Amino acid sequence: MRLLGCIALASALAGAALAAEIPQDQRRSGYSFMSADTKAMQDDDTVNPGMLWVLDGEALWKRKAGTSDKSCADCHYDARVSMKGVAAHYPAYEKAFGRPLDLEGRINLCRANHQQATPLPYESRDLLALTAYVAQQSRGMPIEAGDDPDLKPFVEQGRELFMQRQGQLNLGCANCHDDNWDKKLAGSAITQGHPTGYPLYRLEWQSLGSLQRRLRACITGIRAQAYDWGSPELVALELYLMSRARGMPMEAPAVRP
Amino acid sequence: MPSALINVPPKAKRGDVIEIKTLMSHIMETGYRHTASGEVVPRDIITSFACRYNGTEIFRADLYPAIAANPFISFFTTATESGKFEFEWIGDKGFSETASASITVE
Repeated sequence: MRLLGCIALASALAGAALAAEIPQDQRRSGYSFMSADTKAMQDDDTVNPGMLWVLDGEALWKRKAGTSDKSCADCHYDARVSMKGVAAHYPAYEKAFGRPLDLEGRINLCRANHQQATPLPYESRDLLALTAYVAQQSRGMPIEAGDDPDLKPFVEQGRELFMQRQGQLNLGCANCHDDNWDKKLAGSAITQGHPTGYPLYRLEWQSLGSLQRRLRACITGIRAQAYDWGSPELVALELYLMSRARGMPMEAPAVRP
Repeated sequence: MPSALINVPPKAKRGDVIEIKTLMSHIMETGYRHTASGEVVPRDIITSFACRYNGTEIFRADLYPAIAANPFISFFTTATESGKFEFEWIGDKGFSETASASITVE
């Protein structure tokens, strides 16, 4: 009997793997899965804890760094003008490297090239703050990442990683976020995995966190070896997810449970 | 680099009940967690919060380890006169932050 049950479950999962990608008109931000209380927390800038990082980012934007003794503002002036819509295009193709960079990678490249400063570590408060400040300038604007023809192979690589089963649980991202997004896992909504609000404040983390942190947590959850911070695989996944969410409005800094 | 977000209505009518919202950046480390090598991570929390309205204390709260990071404290008061709200957070490791906001009462 138990064996029959296992076979039934296995074939159900195999059947699910064949399910199609989410149609454009059925795409939903993680926001729409949240409780009214958590939505209210995101909507009010004096309640949204992500705004604490935005405030820090605004201060860092004006602070001189590195041997060039330049601040971000010395070249980019007012971020509210110069950074408007920028985050909606990331990850973007970087010619010098021949591969895409996410927003964190771009900020660190700018630090290295133009400020002659040491790169900020992934998930450090300063890098999250600067990313949040830049991303907030695109709030409400449609995501436009992945349009660049140079990015095509990397979007495809990200898509393959999204579909690929891995880890001890032998699951791919798509098994949950394409096939079962309308169901729950341990009482929590699974959601469609659209990265509309990163970096975002997760109540579970009690902190702001990047999309890479979220992806690494998910990969650990399926008991696979997480890709390294800043690895090409993580950036490709970020790129695919952003291109998959193309047209959806940016929410950074969002709040999630 | 602690930062605070304060929301006090800039204007109110005399006698109005107004909501005051405060958000303070803080890790609120409980003191109950251990590192991978078994050492206790020392407690680092905000222990007290107070608000003064033109010098008179109108709200006070004691905070404990079970309170989440970046404590959000909101409360109500009656707008009696124009002036200043002063906020103060005190905590472990010499943590001490202040902020203020003005209100015009007509």
